[in-house]
Amino acid sequence: MGFFLRKRVVSSAIPLVFVVLGVFCLARLTGNPVDLYLPLSATAQQRAEFSAAHGFDDSIAVQLWDYLAGAAHLDFGTSLRTGESAGSMVLQAFPVTLQLAGVTMLLAILGALVVGSLAAYRPNSLVDRIAGLLSMTAASIPDFWFAIMGVLVFGVGLDLLPTSGTLGGPEIWVLPIATLLIRPFGVLVQVVRGSMVGALSAPYVKVARSKGADAKRVVFGHALRNSATPVLTVAGDLTVGLVNGAVVVETIFGWPGIGKLMIDSILQRDFAVLQAAVLLTAVTIFALNILVDVCHALIDPRVRQAVPA
Amino acid sequence: MTDLASRPTDAVTPSRTRPPRWWLLLGRDRGAAVAAVVLALVFLVAVFGRLFIGDRAVRQDLGASLRPPSLDQGFYGLLGTDVLGRSVLARLVDAAGTTLSVAVPAVLCSLLIGSALGMWAGYHGGVRENVAMRVADVILSFPSLLIAVVVLYVFAPSALNIVLILAVARIPVYLRTARAESAELRSRLFVDAARTFGTPSRHIIVRHILPIALPTLLTVATLDFCFVMLTESSLSFLGIGIQPPDVSWGLMVAQGRQYLQTAWWIAVLPGVAIVLTTVSATVLAAWVRLATDPAQRWRLTLPRKRRGDRAAVPPEMIA
Repeated sequence: MGFFLRKRVVSSAIPLVFVVLGVFCLARLTGNPVDLYLPLSATAQQRAEFSAAHGFDDSIAVQLWDYLAGAAHLDFGTSLRTGESAGSMVLQAFPVTLQLAGVTMLLAILGALVVGSLAAYRPNSLVDRIAGLLSMTAASIPDFWFAIMGVLVFGVGLDLLPTSGTLGGPEIWVLPIATLLIRPFGVLVQVVRGSMVGALSAPYVKVARSKGADAKRVVFGHALRNSATPVLTVAGDLTVGLVNGAVVVETIFGWPGIGKLMIDSILQRDFAVLQAAVLLTAVTIFALNILVDVCHALIDPRVRQAVPA
Repeated sequence: MTDLASRPTDAVTPSRTRPPRWWLLLGRDRGAAVAAVVLALVFLVAVFGRLFIGDRAVRQDLGASLRPPSLDQGFYGLLGTDVLGRSVLARLVDAAGTTLSVAVPAVLCSLLIGSALGMWAGYHGGVRENVAMRVADVILSFPSLLIAVVVLYVFAPSALNIVLILAVARIPVYLRTARAESAELRSRLFVDAARTFGTPSRHIIVRHILPIALPTLLTVATLDFCFVMLTESSLSFLGIGIQPPDVSWGLMVAQGRQYLQTAWWIAVLPGVAIVLTTVSATVLAAWVRLATDPAQRWRLTLPRKRRGDRAAVPPEMIA
């Protein structure tokens, strides 16, 4: 277990480093923020002062060092837009997205386990075909269009749900979560079904059946745990992909989350906020990958007993 | 000797070397047949549609602004008009061309580069395999939309840049699949035999590994076509993809969004076009998976009820 985890931590940390460095460099390529934040009439001296105040006149290496050193004590500099601390802006936005993503993945995994297992229990039955068609469609609908259709039908047409904003009761969650949910749900149903069909035709399931175990015990006690590994891997990848969805959903529904913050920062060349947001996202994804690996090891003894090759 | 060489070979060649009759196989699966027809139509419209619509996609007519879909306004009024009086039907046709001219090259690029790198890495193993897989991890561990947003903001959001960024973002998917197949095949007997005869490794990869890995890779490509189309339309919707005056389905949804309450057809119809195309590609991918696998193909020749299990697409391809 220890060896397995050490290996995974190291191999997951490499992408983390690349992402942090890559975003720093790319952000520098988006153009000079001095042009955007000072009026056209600004004198050369004003421009130089602005550059010096925000450190834009240092060499790239010095800027990178400042950034890394600051990040080490959670100081990400100040936002050019608002003058607030970038760290606190990001930390304010982050829980919103985390809540959205967490609830979505929980619902998607639970729903997919139920629907996928039902479909796999009798391959090619009516239930299986309906689930197949539904999941394929769900995985292929563009999320922004689904969100707009939700607004059109439930917000404008039936006037049941609010169309944007975060003020109000639990009904404000319905459309954003439904929008985020469709793709992970559709994909996971297909994965659960595929892997359950395999598990249910394995010899140990025959043994369990011949010993008189009922359907519930066969499915949940025997087959599900063995088919959980691919489901877990895909669920991890889909959670990373939820950031894509969060950008779209937060833009459409006006949620002050990290996706909207990142888009706004890019469009307004707010380096400090963008870097802090990306760093936090990258660290979260890193932690998520480790969490998925720990779950793998907990579910499957073969994984945790893997010996150094 | 001469009569041996000139003997007609088809008499001795067993019938199984005959290529499978794809059309018949496709006809057996109603869902896949419908999907193939829809996709073929979309491709035809995308390639030839612009020849027929002329300038109708950009021709403005403020007197005909926001007309709902109707049968009385002629062919171009079938699906209504947008706020500038442009025919939604003509714009859909024009957008089909743009959308596919981004999605198809992107899928082809990532398929070629990813598969070649993956098979090479898997066949050789060792350091080469490790480096290739770490590169794939780096690309995959980051939300593709965000990278696209940053890169497209730095470099202008032209169609070429969108193709490039989507191609790079999807290379890891093929790289992983090709590597897995190739790593498994490299220790098989026929590969060992080829190696013993001194076949250079690139010939082994092309002649012995590629033919076996190809069906899986094509299935992944069909599924990935959906993903690329969806990403392109999301980017266009967010305003950093295809730029006006060009038009793509995602951009049409974005443009129609503000008229949602008064003119639903502007935003709804392009979405329907996206969904029809992507669902068809997904359905067809499941069929391609069965039809290109010699061990599974017989299932398609049976009536649906007796076919048994529908071929499951391996999970690593879906996400």
